[in-house]
Amino acid sequence: MDAATSARETRTMLVNVGPSHPAMHGVIRLVTELEGETVVKVEAEIGYLHRAFEKSCENSTWTQSIPYTDRLNYVSPLINNFGYCAAVEKLLGIEITERCKYIRVLMSEISRITDHLTCIGASAMEVGAMTAFLYFIKAREYLYEIVEEVTGARLTISYGRIGGVKADLPQGLEEKLETDLQKVEKELYQVDKLLTRNRIFVDRMKDVGVLTAEDAISYSITGPMGRASGINYDVRRDFPYFVYDRMEFDVPLGEKGDNYDRYLVRMEEMRQSVRIIRQAMKQMPGGAVNVDSQGKVVQSFELVDQAKMGRTEGLVDVVTTVDPTLEGTQRTFLKRVMPAERRVILPPKEDTYGNIEGLMNHFKIIMDNHGIRPPKGDTYFAVEGANGELGFYVVSDGKDHPYRVRVRPPCFFGMAGLHRMLEGYMVADIVPTFGSINMIAGELDR
Amino acid sequence: MAGESGAGPGFFTSKLERAIGWARKYSIFQYPFVTACCGMEYMATAAGHYDVDRFGAGLPRFSPRQADVLFVVGTISHKIAPVLYRVYEQMCEPKWVVAFGVCTCTGGFYDNYATVQGIDTIIPVDVYIPGCPPRPEAVLDGLMKLQEKIENQKQLL
Repeated sequence: MDAATSARETRTMLVNVGPSHPAMHGVIRLVTELEGETVVKVEAEIGYLHRAFEKSCENSTWTQSIPYTDRLNYVSPLINNFGYCAAVEKLLGIEITERCKYIRVLMSEISRITDHLTCIGASAMEVGAMTAFLYFIKAREYLYEIVEEVTGARLTISYGRIGGVKADLPQGLEEKLETDLQKVEKELYQVDKLLTRNRIFVDRMKDVGVLTAEDAISYSITGPMGRASGINYDVRRDFPYFVYDRMEFDVPLGEKGDNYDRYLVRMEEMRQSVRIIRQAMKQMPGGAVNVDSQGKVVQSFELVDQAKMGRTEGLVDVVTTVDPTLEGTQRTFLKRVMPAERRVILPPKEDTYGNIEGLMNHFKIIMDNHGIRPPKGDTYFAVEGANGELGFYVVSDGKDHPYRVRVRPPCFFGMAGLHRMLEGYMVADIVPTFGSINMIAGELDR
Repeated sequence: MAGESGAGPGFFTSKLERAIGWARKYSIFQYPFVTACCGMEYMATAAGHYDVDRFGAGLPRFSPRQADVLFVVGTISHKIAPVLYRVYEQMCEPKWVVAFGVCTCTGGFYDNYATVQGIDTIIPVDVYIPGCPPRPEAVLDGLMKLQEKIENQKQLL
């Protein structure tokens, strides 16, 4: 080949983006073929955060698997928790209490907001809007405070229980929640003003990374991504679980399916989630926590002490002031969030320490080779995760360990269709497009 | 940094080593090697509420060649381990490594075929921050421990 031919010849260039790349969050490798600055071909290699979720679940009991579900989508762990628990409950055929359903809806929506905040904040940062990122992380911090107050942890909460939730809501949550929601709304408003009509931001996002509705369906992409492409599907509305059928909310839809639509859909979903939280808090059954019919206040440690001594007579009706983390272990409060199902639900601690039946019940659930034993069979239960339909397919062979726990991770399908959104665009568009998909390696690789 | 002896007004003497240690301690350029859940708490620490900038470590450098401290944030699987090692090798001396979260310390509760049981099996670690994930307060405590270590060690010139 002479010099003239080689100068005319066009060759594509192969560029590896990731797995540890400055402008990408999450570990994934994109093998990118470039022609000049245009992306010709993209191949996504996944599996860098494979943590053997399924195998770990098979080696744990049904209850022990709950912490592993926290770490699937670690930006919205509560939804994962409740999804898994609801799947096992379906397998067992038990119905959870009304209050618990409301608590689950409330906490799921808080989680959804934290997820969207992180997604938009991080992808805004990647296109240079650091302020939006700081504002949104600030807003997320307010919500983490709520989550911490309810569950006792900020991030990996393990709040769901098969048959209920770990503990009842703490006292005075309603006022704090309202204050914090207003703060979050303020941040949303500010970032909306900063980004939505910002020329630089719109130029980077609009008409970039377009995913058509046909592609979205053929790659089975759901959630905000699917809705941005115009797929009118939301598990919360179409297959209502918990008490979503009693909530009023809109499902925002995009038209084009570009990055900008995905951004707008997420922003609107956060506002809708705030709406759902307010409704759930308002409709929350179970009455006020701290109303005492006799005006008598009993400290929690006194109650527990009395219970340990066996003086449980009449304690059921005493409404007490208790510290938030202990509430769920009190018998009265446990009844509000757990059904009376001895096979599945751990007894309250006062029963465990107070009488032999409670102790035996506790042991029968905790000890190896006893525990929860769902009937033989399998079931699928889907919830609307922050990224789309999050499904749990659980198989039981009648033992106290799951035979299999398979997850349908929403962003896995987004990664399968990733090349449709990147090919044909510029190499600089990889970053905002990838950011708007909200790839979470934990649930992608499991 | 306290002066050893006053050599007259307007002068201040110290050992060069201590001066460098003091300066290095407050100019940590970190490389966050973020893989998993701990990244959320890393973000929380870096952002406004906890403000890692107060400790002079506010500027993450996403190039290993510009960074002093490697923050290994999140589970390291066997597939990502060679990448981590390569990033570590690309960093210039002096360099420090912080194991952020229990997965990087010991493997955490991922005791299985896919996960590296502690990154100290691959690279040397200076500070371990346990927790699943550690609270931002714990991260800041770990950072201060690292600062202490940087200040008091023998400085490579």
